[in-house]
Amino acid sequence: MGDGERIMMSSEEIREDLLAGTNDAADRANIPVLTQDDLEPLFEIFAEPSKIVGVRAGEEVIVTDDAVATLFFLDQENCGQGLPMGRVQSILAYERACCADTISTGHTDYSFKQVKPIVNFEKQEYYNASMMTTAPFFYGSQPNMGLYFRPDGPYPNPADLLPSGKIKEALDAQEEAAAHLTKDLIYVSKQMYDVGCEGINFDTSASAGDADFFATLQAVSELKKETRHMAIEVGMSSEFVMGMHGDITFDGKRLAGMYPHEQVKVVEAAGADIFGPAINVVVSKSTPWNLARAVTFVKKCVAVANIPVHPNVGMGVCGVPMFEVPPIDAVTRTSKALVLIGKADGL
Amino acid sequence: MGGIRTAGDLVAWMQMSRRMKINEAKAYVAEKLGIDVIDLTNEEVMRQVREDLDIGIITSVAGSAKGIAAKWNIAELLDIQINSVNLFKEKLHL
Repeated sequence: MGDGERIMMSSEEIREDLLAGTNDAADRANIPVLTQDDLEPLFEIFAEPSKIVGVRAGEEVIVTDDAVATLFFLDQENCGQGLPMGRVQSILAYERACCADTISTGHTDYSFKQVKPIVNFEKQEYYNASMMTTAPFFYGSQPNMGLYFRPDGPYPNPADLLPSGKIKEALDAQEEAAAHLTKDLIYVSKQMYDVGCEGINFDTSASAGDADFFATLQAVSELKKETRHMAIEVGMSSEFVMGMHGDITFDGKRLAGMYPHEQVKVVEAAGADIFGPAINVVVSKSTPWNLARAVTFVKKCVAVANIPVHPNVGMGVCGVPMFEVPPIDAVTRTSKALVLIGKADGL
Repeated sequence: MGGIRTAGDLVAWMQMSRRMKINEAKAYVAEKLGIDVIDLTNEEVMRQVREDLDIGIITSVAGSAKGIAAKWNIAELLDIQINSVNLFKEKLHL
């Protein structure tokens, strides 16, 4: 299930949920449903008796992540292991013991606004580690525009203004916050570039809606003019860009309401190198339903993309159950389906 | 793909530096290594290839290139710019 519960389903029930899942995605985004040639192998992935499944030799893809290399020592109860080791040791263990294709680090409070005042510390850490790492090394953080509104930031909170009917004030606050966020994203990224940063990951973009997404796209566009040798990955926060503002455009396209196949085109136009769609998981629906839905979105997204697409497969996105210890049978089935049927370039 | 255990890092570099889709990136790396695409994830092949090219290996063989030295060799092998390597060269006044 979408919440991680293990259940038994008949073949008929699985087929019904696969069909219902793909229909749901197609209806929402006005994209094609999965064909019978897609649904049959998807069914077979679920029907495989092995707990862990995988693609055939030669079909493997690479993985990028959101500061997973630092989770060994982090003390966060929902993801860190709290091991008594340092950040650099954690990064090197991830590269050389877990054999990750790429590695990444980030600050414990994974937001650009929080990184800004301590960026010199982050630069030192990144620089020291980058002298020892061999695999591509990303620095990741979230744009997280919500932190720019009161009580956490300087701007009036649209969540307070909108219910009060103060529409103009809410729009102005978002535009001001977006401009501030763009400056911070560029500042931190340039600081990291100066110490040799190989890749920056704008993770969980658009979490505060279309203005948040706009700030990220603006920052990518500006950064690509000056930081040519630093890759930029843009990962999303959900399948749908919320229209908290509603009238913001980028590259002539309205951002509110965009689904992954539209998101990737503006991300591409901004100049990013890798795009990470995030498809929501409905916890009360089965994994076949959620995965068929995710593959439908991802397949269309990859089909129109000219840059590599790495669907997010953390807990609660793209078919992986919303549970802090995601069941490995669901995780591997999700990975296989997104690569085999969704044609993802990575995860 | 197995990171530096096989050729996962090399394929990743091509996605990052040239925006290559997965199959294009694999083909590019395989050609540079002089191997078949299917052997990019073949540990038995890649272990020796990585040692011969001195681009970083998974085991702790003393004297083999690691970190920035390995990345320097990777940048030349794949004909790409790696920011950390460029900075390191700058510090060496090269």
